[in-house]
Amino acid sequence: MNTLQKTPTGINGLDQITLGGLPTGRPTLICGSAGCGKTLFSLEFIIRGAQEYNEPGVFIAFEEKAEELAVNVASLGFDINTLQAEKKIRIDYIHIDRSEIEETGEYDLEGLFIRLNYAIDSIGAKRVVLDTIENLFSGLNNQTILRAELRRLFQWLKDKGVTAIITGERGESSLTRQGLEEYVSDCVILLDHRIINQISTRRLRVVKYRGSVHGTNEYPFLIDEEGISVLPVTSLKLNKPVSSESTSSGIEALDDMLSKKGFFRGSSILVSGTAGTGKTSIAASFAYETCNRGEKCLFFAFEESPQQIIRNMHSIGMDLKTHMDNGLLQFYSSRPTLYGLEMHLVAIHKAIRKFKPSSIVLDPITNLITVGTVSEVKAMLVRLIDFLQEEQITVMFTALTLNTVVNEQTDEGVSSLVDAWLLIKDIELNGERNRGLYIMKSRGMHHSNQVREFIITDKGLDLVDVYLGPDGVLIGSAREAHILLEETGQVLHTHAIGRKDRELLRKRKVLESKIESLKTEFESTEEELNKMYIEEDLKKEIMEQTRQRTTDMRRGNNSNLSPEI
Amino acid sequence: MIKDGDLPVDWGKDDDSVYQLRLFVTGTSPVSVRAINNLQIILDTHLKNRFELEIIDVHQQPMLVQSDNVTAVPMLIKKYPAPVRRMVGDMSDTAKVLRGLGLS
Repeated sequence: MNTLQKTPTGINGLDQITLGGLPTGRPTLICGSAGCGKTLFSLEFIIRGAQEYNEPGVFIAFEEKAEELAVNVASLGFDINTLQAEKKIRIDYIHIDRSEIEETGEYDLEGLFIRLNYAIDSIGAKRVVLDTIENLFSGLNNQTILRAELRRLFQWLKDKGVTAIITGERGESSLTRQGLEEYVSDCVILLDHRIINQISTRRLRVVKYRGSVHGTNEYPFLIDEEGISVLPVTSLKLNKPVSSESTSSGIEALDDMLSKKGFFRGSSILVSGTAGTGKTSIAASFAYETCNRGEKCLFFAFEESPQQIIRNMHSIGMDLKTHMDNGLLQFYSSRPTLYGLEMHLVAIHKAIRKFKPSSIVLDPITNLITVGTVSEVKAMLVRLIDFLQEEQITVMFTALTLNTVVNEQTDEGVSSLVDAWLLIKDIELNGERNRGLYIMKSRGMHHSNQVREFIITDKGLDLVDVYLGPDGVLIGSAREAHILLEETGQVLHTHAIGRKDRELLRKRKVLESKIESLKTEFESTEEELNKMYIEEDLKKEIMEQTRQRTTDMRRGNNSNLSPEI
Repeated sequence: MIKDGDLPVDWGKDDDSVYQLRLFVTGTSPVSVRAINNLQIILDTHLKNRFELEIIDVHQQPMLVQSDNVTAVPMLIKKYPAPVRRMVGDMSDTAKVLRGLGLS
C-alpha cells in the first residue's frame, strides 16, 4: 500500500505535529497575517532542506530582494550567500510593478512558469517556495486570469513533483485573500500572531493535511536566534516511566523527614510560602545539591537575575558560581512579561533540550500568572510536568502564596499536579515571625507530619524540631528562652544537690569525730581495766611465789632458795 | 527675439527616434498569435519604419525571460525611448497599447 510520503521540514517540532513533515511533491499553503513569520518559515524550510537533507531548494521572492532576505536571515545564523554559491539554494526575485504595466487584453503567466521551471532545473531543486503569491494580484488586474493561472500553478507544481510552500496573506473571512489557495493546496498551515493582555503569542495550526493524520491543536511557536521552534503539546496519556530512586533535597534534615531520604527522581516538587520565607533558598539548595553530585541543573529565574541569586545564596554558604563556571549549573532568566505563557513553555522546552539537565528549578511559577490566568498557568504546568516526567527530570517549583483568593487557588491548583509539596508558613508568636516547614504531601513515601522550624544560617539551611512543651508549640526565641530556662533550672538543681552533699559530708565528719572520741574513751577505760587485770595477775603471781617459797621453806629444802632471798 | 520662420522646437516629440520593442510570446499559442498580429497592425499604423521589434519565444529563451523580469505573457517591453513600459495581453486594446508606447 502506498502511503503519503513526507518531506521533513527540519523545523523543530513541526515534523512531530505533521507526523513526518510536509507532503512530498505537493504544494503546501502557509497563510497568516503580516508579521506572523511566513517568510521565515518557508525560508527555513528551504535552508534546512539544503543543509540537513541535501535537497536543493528554490525560493521565489515576490516581496523582498535576495540581498534583503540574506540580511534578514543572517541574524538567525543562516548563510544564504554561501548556499547560493554552492548551488544548494537559489533565490529569484520576481517583481511586478503595476505602474509600468498596461494590460492590453488576454494573457497568461507562462513567463512565471518558465522562470520557475528554469530555476528548478538549474539546481535540481526538490523544494520550492513562492513568497508571497498575493503580490501577483496587486500587480495585475485581471482576477479571472490570475485565479485560473493560480490553479494551474498548483497543478504544475504537483506535476513537477516538487515539495512546495506557497505563502499567502490571510483574508477577511477566509484563510487567504483569494479564498482559492486553501482548496488547491494539499496541506494548509495557519500562522497566527496574537496579542492578549499586551503580550504576543505566535501560534501555528495545521488546518488541513490531505491523506494524513495530523495534530489539530494550535501549537505555540517561537522565533529566536536559532530559527523557529514549534512546541507540540506532549501526549496526554499517563504512561510515563517512573523511578524509585531518590534524590536529595540538599537539606539533610528535610531528607530525614522523608522515608526515602529525598524526593523521587523525575518527580515534581512544589515549595510554596509567603514572601520572604526562603523559597528561593530551598530551591537554590536543591540546585546546589544536584550540582554537588555532579549532575546538571537548570535554574529558571523569573524574578531575580542570576547575579542576584548567586550573591544572595553566597551569603548562606552556597557557592553557586563555581558550579556555573564548571558548566553544571545554568541560569535562564527572563521577565515573565517577555512573552506569553506558551512562549515561555517553548523557551523552557528548548533550554531543557539543549542543556539536558537532571533537575530544574522554576522560581517562582506564580510570577507567570502576570501573563496568564490561573487555568492557563495550570494547563501550561501540566504540559511541562508531562514533558519533564518523560525526560525523567526532577523539577522544583516555587510558588508565592498571598492572602488573595486568586493566588490561593493557584497554589492549590498546582499542588494537585505535583508529587511533593512543601509549605513554609510564617508563624507569628511573641512579636516575632518564624518559619515553619510542613510536608503537605509526598506521593509514594512516608513523611513526617510534624512542623519543623526552618532556619537559614550562614552555613546553609537547617530544620529544627519545634519545642513541644506544656504551653504548646514553641518556636524561635520562645523556644530558645524555654531551653534557657531549662538550663537555669538544671544549674540551680545541681547547685542544690551540691549543698546537700556538703552538708552530709560535714555531718559525717562530726559523727566520725564523735566515734573517734568514744573510741578513745573506750580505749582508756579498757586500759584501766587491763591495768587492774595485770595488777591482779601480778599480785596473784607474787602471792603464788611467796606461797611456794613458804612451802619450800617448811619442807626444809633451802637448796632451791635463791641466793637473793 | 523670435524671427519669422523660427518655430519653437517641440522637445517632447522626437519623431526621428526608433522605438526598440521586445515581445515575449509562448510559441504559437492563440493568444500569442493574436498579440503578434494586433501589434503589427498598431505599429504599422502609428510607427511605420520607426521601430525594431524582437519577438521572443519564452520557451526558447528562459535566460531572457529571467533578465527582463517577464511574468505574464504575451508581454511587450518598450526599451526605448524612456521610460521603459510593459504591456501584457493580446494587444487587442489599441488605446492602451498606444498609451503604453507613449503615442496617445
